[in-house]
Amino acid sequence: MAEKMLEVKDLRVSFEVKKGLAETLMGKKETIKAVDGVSFEIGRGEILSLVGESGSGKTTTGKAILRLAPVTGGSIKFEGEEISGKSQKELHEFRKKAQMIYQDPYQALNPRQYIIDIVGEPLDVNDLCKTTEERLERIKKALENAGLVPPEDYLYRYPYELSGGQRQRVAIAGSLIMNPEFIVADEPVSMLDASIRTGIIKLMLEQRDKMGVAYLFITHDLSLAWLISDRIAIMYLGKIMEMGTADEIINHAEHPYAKALINIMPIPGKMIDSGRDILEGETPNAAVDIKGCKFCARCPVRQAICETEEPELREISPGHLCACHFVK
Amino acid sequence: MLLEVKNLKTYFTTSKGEAKAVDDVSFNLEQGECLGLVGESGCGKTTTALSICQMLPKEGRIAGGEIYLDGVNYADLSEKEISKHRWEDVSIIFQGAMNAFNPVKKVGWQIAEACMLHDGLKKDEAWKKAGDLFELVGIPRERVTQYPHEFSGGMKQRAMIAMALACSPKLIIGDEPTTALDVMIQAQILELLEKLRRELNMGMILITHDLSILGETCDRIAVMYAGKIMEIGDVRDIFEDPRHPYTKKLISCFPDVRGERVIPDGIPGYPPSLIDPPEGCRFCPRCEFATEACSTTCPELVQVGEKHFVACHNMEEV
Ligand SMILES: Nc1ncnc2c1ncn2[C@@H]1O[C@H](COP(=O)(O)OP(=O)(O)O)[C@@H](O)[C@H]1O
Ligand SMILES: Nc1ncnc2c1ncn2[C@@H]1O[C@H](COP(=O)(O)OP(=O)(O)O)[C@@H](O)[C@H]1O
Ligand code: SF4
Ligand code: SF4
Ligand SMILES: [Mg+2]
Ligand SMILES: [Mg+2]
Repeated sequence: MAEKMLEVKDLRVSFEVKKGLAETLMGKKETIKAVDGVSFEIGRGEILSLVGESGSGKTTTGKAILRLAPVTGGSIKFEGEEISGKSQKELHEFRKKAQMIYQDPYQALNPRQYIIDIVGEPLDVNDLCKTTEERLERIKKALENAGLVPPEDYLYRYPYELSGGQRQRVAIAGSLIMNPEFIVADEPVSMLDASIRTGIIKLMLEQRDKMGVAYLFITHDLSLAWLISDRIAIMYLGKIMEMGTADEIINHAEHPYAKALINIMPIPGKMIDSGRDILEGETPNAAVDIKGCKFCARCPVRQAICETEEPELREISPGHLCACHFVK
Repeated sequence: MLLEVKNLKTYFTTSKGEAKAVDDVSFNLEQGECLGLVGESGCGKTTTALSICQMLPKEGRIAGGEIYLDGVNYADLSEKEISKHRWEDVSIIFQGAMNAFNPVKKVGWQIAEACMLHDGLKKDEAWKKAGDLFELVGIPRERVTQYPHEFSGGMKQRAMIAMALACSPKLIIGDEPTTALDVMIQAQILELLEKLRRELNMGMILITHDLSILGETCDRIAVMYAGKIMEIGDVRDIFEDPRHPYTKKLISCFPDVRGERVIPDGIPGYPPSLIDPPEGCRFCPRCEFATEACSTTCPELVQVGEKHFVACHNMEEV
């Protein structure tokens, strides 16, 4: 791996939520372990994809790393410095280097602001420009880098005047203006049409190639993850089930859940004559405490031990990790 | 022939002018056949479906063409006859339909009510029918008395499918029926639709923006762009021998893990306005093969194989 940039160890995030009315009156709360002991590293210029179904804890993991969700336990080291215990004030420098791109470009942008002010906001908040000319120059540069050319055409427009793809480019311009070293991209193309998608992906990869930006790329789309990332981590109920290089995961997955996901992965033009191995049921509620393997209830090959003992995420071959009692 | 759509034109009145959402679309569907209707957002897929079901909002109108279902031309029917046919002949399942259940009524009762209203069943018969339909779509019978909040998203979508089957329609239209669902549940629902189509010998139109799910479910695919069908053919024609530049580009936008890891080019630009569409071929402003003729004359669908039709002036060069 390239120079280590981010090191996440045993990250935990839990939320206390009120249950139904009766339980609330009795003062009962339930705990949702949204992220339940997640560890990984990301090198400079590296792309790690977090893949999983909704509710598996992808967004919470990404937000927790940027300290946008409460960290309940574990450690987050960015360029060797511990991030998890820092006060908001101490996070100032980190916030300039690490940015987030959200799924929904419609919600992420203030509808009443001009594009120039949306993109310029990080500069204003951090008081980075001495003159209005300098500010304008940097904003134009950021728009250009995000593929919105000529930038003058976009400065004084509102988000609603742009298409979905253009809006996501504006959001990306807003992240790039700080020249970040690390970006958490949370389903950045999920709401965009296929033909628009690749433009955004290319834009992100360009930043990696030119500036060495590293990404935690969050997606539910395994084939997209394969296309763009160096490594893939597959999450289920707050845990990483399997992690390895993109090709290794797609071609040699060992974990029963990862295998099931790969088995049903839609592929254009793949025609299926015989039935597929579709898992039955749905992901259980994250508030239910599971003692053994998180995947136990749906696992086609579970054994007695799976219900009582949780498997560890172990290296099964160099760089390939898997959390299952029966994968050695 | 179960369904025949001939030169359908559906326009919307908007403040900026008339949007030609569906502009001269023709296709047909055999009994028991599944047609995939694919294209990017705004290309007119939902409008096509709503036109077939006679469910257009008031600002929309069928401006031309004919729709025959089982030989009956809807244009000849009265409002009342149409609403009867709507349930008995064709049912539609929308994206996110699972959120359409009334939260304070039992799910089974909502289905039973539909059976009483449209099939004239008595109350106890209707409850039994609701239970039968639950079993058909893979929900345990005893859950008919539960409320929507007791159902997961996937179960609600199953129940919606049960509702759509209440009057044994001849044609079922799924408009992005799995778009809001997780991949595993999407696979479950697609498999269910496939099973039902075979068992009940229904015609099916599966509408989606996600080309990658169609190979597994459809017999034929129609590719729509800006209100027009650009190419239509057998699943194999479309995936193995695509002839239209847009079809080719669209396919290339979906990663194929069996191939090489190369980021596809995508398609430059954006789809055109439907109020003032390009004069010739609607794909012309984004097409790398465009020639003089493309900007002036709209290409017609031309037969290139047994079931394969393509609308492009330059398909030989593509
Ligand atoms: N602010 C919150 N309060 C309570 N529960 C939350 C909150 N954010 C997320 N969760 C819960 O945490 C789990 C993981 O959610 P999330 O990280 O959004 O998953 P994903 O991004 O993989 O869909 C879910 O069960 C979700 O309901
Ligand atoms: N109620 C409406 N009023 C005005 N225009 C509409 C209305 N519904 C759809 N349209 C327009 O018709 C076109 C096709 O829409 P639609 O059929 O929903 O596309 P799709 O389902 O392929 O995304 C779009 O350009 C859309 O803006
Ligand atoms: S540990 Fe057991 S339940 Fe978990 S994935 Fe492995 S076999 Fe299945
Ligand atoms: S008709 Fe012309 S513009 Fe249209 S798809 Fe064919 S080559 Fe391209
Ligand atoms: Mg999320
Ligand atoms: Mg639609």
